[in-house]
Amino acid sequence: MMPELGKYAVEVTAAYAVSLLLLAVIILWTVMRARRVKAELDAAEARAGKEAMDA
Amino acid sequence: MSIWEYANPRAFMGWTGKALPLIWGLGIGLTVLGLVWGYFFTGDDFRMGSTVKIIYLHVPSALMAINGYFLMFVASLIWLIRRHHVSALVAKAAAPIGLTMTLIALATGAIWGQPMWGTWWVWDPRLTSFLILCLFYMGYIALWESVSDQDLAADLTSILAMVGSVFAVLSRYAVQFWNQGLHQGTSVPVVTGERSVDDIYFIPLAVSMAGFFFLFLALTLVRARAEVRARRLGVLIRREQMA
Repeated sequence: MMPELGKYAVEVTAAYAVSLLLLAVIILWTVMRARRVKAELDAAEARAGKEAMDA
Repeated sequence: MSIWEYANPRAFMGWTGKALPLIWGLGIGLTVLGLVWGYFFTGDDFRMGSTVKIIYLHVPSALMAINGYFLMFVASLIWLIRRHHVSALVAKAAAPIGLTMTLIALATGAIWGQPMWGTWWVWDPRLTSFLILCLFYMGYIALWESVSDQDLAADLTSILAMVGSVFAVLSRYAVQFWNQGLHQGTSVPVVTGERSVDDIYFIPLAVSMAGFFFLFLALTLVRARAEVRARRLGVLIRREQMA
């Protein structure tokens, strides 16, 4: 199943490893930040809604 | 309905929320398909050997690095002319993704260049203009972070995006402009359609390019949605502090 990369195995593997690592970092960072901001906004809107009800 | 109504934050959150699952699916699915196809099911090139497999990462990432900056240019222009906040936030959202694509293109280019050219780096027109593009991405992100007034930050970064777009164009056409250096010409010329890549390599490459495009789009929209929410969050927090 694994392709025979010959004498360039290190270069090809390194290119894929670096690229996939960078892609994984940007995807995880983006998704985690989006979730954190949404959670903080939901909490702030709930507080604002409660204050409006109390007033 | 006017096209500008899609830039209304509420409308933007609505249509992007509906479109994102499909865009994510296309981005992840096509990228995985293109890379698996290229890595496992294509043979070696008679000159480049197995290093030809790097093309499935290098070309799509370089394509999106340049087009990402073009997106920032258009979004910044819309902000400067029409003052739509969402367009400024889309430009802000696209920058880290574009920077990542630029870093992938530079890294894979260096790794590919070492066995083919005998050097990791050379001050070739395309490579140099790409490095400058990378610096513009970094400067753009740093400028957004360093100005607390969001509208002022949008104005300043928009001007920086305009200036940097010159290097995005140079990155794309450097080979034609100077006709020198080690980097080869464009593998997939859009205008002439005369490809230097055989179909065996081109079809998985096209799949990978489509995958990177949708992945870029999905990530940009997710980040832009987070920026819209962060802006709203900032308003609510200021209101709480004033109460």
